[in-house]
Amino acid sequence: MSDKSHDPNQMTGAAMIVRALIDHGVTDIFGYPGGAVLPIYDEIFQQSEVQHVLVRHEQGAGHAAEGYARSTGKPGVALVTSGPGATNMVTPLTDALMDSIPLVCISGQVPTHLIGNDAFQECDTVGITRPCTKHNWLVRDVNDLAKVLHEAFYVATSGRPGPVLVDVPKDVQFATGTYHPPRKSDVHRSYAPRVKGDATQIRKAVALLASAKRPVIYSGGGVINSGPEATKLLRELVEVTGFPITSTLMGLGAYPASGKNWLGMLGMHGTYEANMTMHDCDVMLCVGARFDDRITGRVDAFSPGSKKIHIDIDPSSINKNIRVDVPIIGDCGNILGDILQVFKAEAKKPDIKSWWQQIAQWRARNSLYYKKSNDVILPQHAIQSLFEATRGKDTYITTEVGQHQMWAAQFYGFEEPHRWMTSGGLGTMGYGLPAAVGVQVAHPDSLVIDIAGDASVQMTMQEMSTAVQYELPIKIFILNNQYMGMVRQWQQLLHGNRLSHSYSEALPDFVKLAEAYGAVGLQVHKPGDLDGAIQEMISVRRPVLFDCRVAALENCFPMIPSGKAHNEMLLPEQANDEATAKAFAGGKALV
Amino acid sequence: MNQPASAYFIEDRHDPNETHTLSVLVQNEPGVLARVIGLFSGRGYNIESLTVSETEAQKHLSRITIVTTGTPMVIEQIKHQLDRMIPVYRVVDMTLTRRSIERELAMVKVRGQGEHRVEALRLADAFRARVIDATTESFVFEITGNTDKINQFIDLMRPLGLVEVSRTGVAAIGRGPEGM
Repeated sequence: MSDKSHDPNQMTGAAMIVRALIDHGVTDIFGYPGGAVLPIYDEIFQQSEVQHVLVRHEQGAGHAAEGYARSTGKPGVALVTSGPGATNMVTPLTDALMDSIPLVCISGQVPTHLIGNDAFQECDTVGITRPCTKHNWLVRDVNDLAKVLHEAFYVATSGRPGPVLVDVPKDVQFATGTYHPPRKSDVHRSYAPRVKGDATQIRKAVALLASAKRPVIYSGGGVINSGPEATKLLRELVEVTGFPITSTLMGLGAYPASGKNWLGMLGMHGTYEANMTMHDCDVMLCVGARFDDRITGRVDAFSPGSKKIHIDIDPSSINKNIRVDVPIIGDCGNILGDILQVFKAEAKKPDIKSWWQQIAQWRARNSLYYKKSNDVILPQHAIQSLFEATRGKDTYITTEVGQHQMWAAQFYGFEEPHRWMTSGGLGTMGYGLPAAVGVQVAHPDSLVIDIAGDASVQMTMQEMSTAVQYELPIKIFILNNQYMGMVRQWQQLLHGNRLSHSYSEALPDFVKLAEAYGAVGLQVHKPGDLDGAIQEMISVRRPVLFDCRVAALENCFPMIPSGKAHNEMLLPEQANDEATAKAFAGGKALV
Repeated sequence: MNQPASAYFIEDRHDPNETHTLSVLVQNEPGVLARVIGLFSGRGYNIESLTVSETEAQKHLSRITIVTTGTPMVIEQIKHQLDRMIPVYRVVDMTLTRRSIERELAMVKVRGQGEHRVEALRLADAFRARVIDATTESFVFEITGNTDKINQFIDLMRPLGLVEVSRTGVAAIGRGPEGM
């Protein structure tokens, strides 16, 4: 026993957790203390390698860790206590699962002898989080802890990334055991994600691409998750083939918005040219996207005449919604590299001049048109002004969920990956503010802006206090129309304009609220004052709540109405009451 | 197509359902069965039968046999969704291999007297069911076979005084010398 007391790998479970974080290169974590994690907090107190950011609600810790992960490509880490601490993590874990964000959550649990006893702050954390994590573990023996923690980091970051949770009872945190550094045998032998694409399939894909007359590349968040190499290769592929490219919400920035082959985002609120190109193409190359229902519209009328190539690291994404002709399973960076190599060696750039002429005609419809006003700020205009004011700056954008999110995707031009943090799959209102906290922690000198709505931002407003405490100069740019705009838009389109509970009668005074938190509050009503106010927001080195009062009843177009195909978009100039009613016909009483 | 007012496209799928038997080799660890069952309930897949037991104690391996129904696209999804779970080693669609043997064991309790009792015994003999418990007014039969055979036996016992049935669910294994 005396030998063991000098063994540097003998330590408590709590110490192992901090040690594992250090071994995995973690420098920042987000968390909230409580009874079942006090031994871990005691260890955190006695070291300086891992910085802990104290949030105001565990959901904030989860979204901050997501923002941190998405903006760096490294895993985000959250630390929460048992019971309510863990249940408050359910939303961010689900969010990270839907958007494939690597997240490691460590939760405290009541001591092992109390598990199942309905103890104070006990809940079945692994049971509750099983469907919202990629994998989770309850550690009952301190000697299993090191292995589980290392495996947790590996599972979160490899293959299709995702959230994991390690539940550690308090007695395991106190107990002493043997730690070991990460090693290969820590991982389940049954877990071996495929990264290399099948050579035969890659040749089939190249043959299709080379013969295309009306091609399109449809890229998604997988390209960004794969890393900088995948982004580089995607851009090169566009260059080499000359093909038009569109992207999902999650994939924005992989190809630059200023690039000449860029069609804009596709899907429900995508551009007319992107959706028409998808609908009429003869060869579609889907890279790291999953044919989500917001993308496809009506599935039986989705791109009816095309051969589809689908690159995805997750075999379950293949043929889930849309049948594809050439599936290629593996990491999209790898596969794009292989495709490029074969294409350059064996194929030449297809002549698709007439296809580009067709696309130019669709572009000329100017589907993102809106009517500017001198009296009232249009939300689209506000985002364009914000984009102009931040262009060329080192900027990261997060959003909440709703109309403002779609306008941000439509009107803010992303040039690089990892610059756009938004809740795509789960659609979590309240994501953007804490995500901005996480992004700013990772990039202290960058400009971090949460494009927000007045309703969403109130869901996690308490994290302003975190921003003030850590002097994180995040900018919360609220497009304030006093409505839950997207809810109202659907009520107008589908529910007879009965605006059931989509209007906020009593909004806080955001300027006073900012001041109450010790942040800066700004408010602007007039289009003429907008640019000056944005400059002021950018130049102040403190957290800012920016109350941008915008046209209350503006709606988000263009739009694919539900049950319609890509070529049945509702364009802004057609969005009068009659046309809208017709586009949504088949439902109940309409507008 | 007449769509109700919804933010989602509501699709009618007309592909016919198929029944498939899946063998799933998993790490035997706490929660692994809950993961598999949770996947089926969470994604709305059907479970017709589910059998699970540790099969290689030293390697901590369990074998789960699931009989499920769905359209070909759904069956394909189920296999991929199972396969991507961390503790799952392999998923084999026994139905697609066309080289599998499926067996189920049932215990069937029948109560009756006189001619019914004699008839039950006679049928049990024809089905190679064994009597594993008997009283003057009842039998418990043990029968092994594929699902159809057991269903047929149970149907025959119904008019003869069927009391209750306990079934193990389907276990499946491939023919020939190779393992899964």
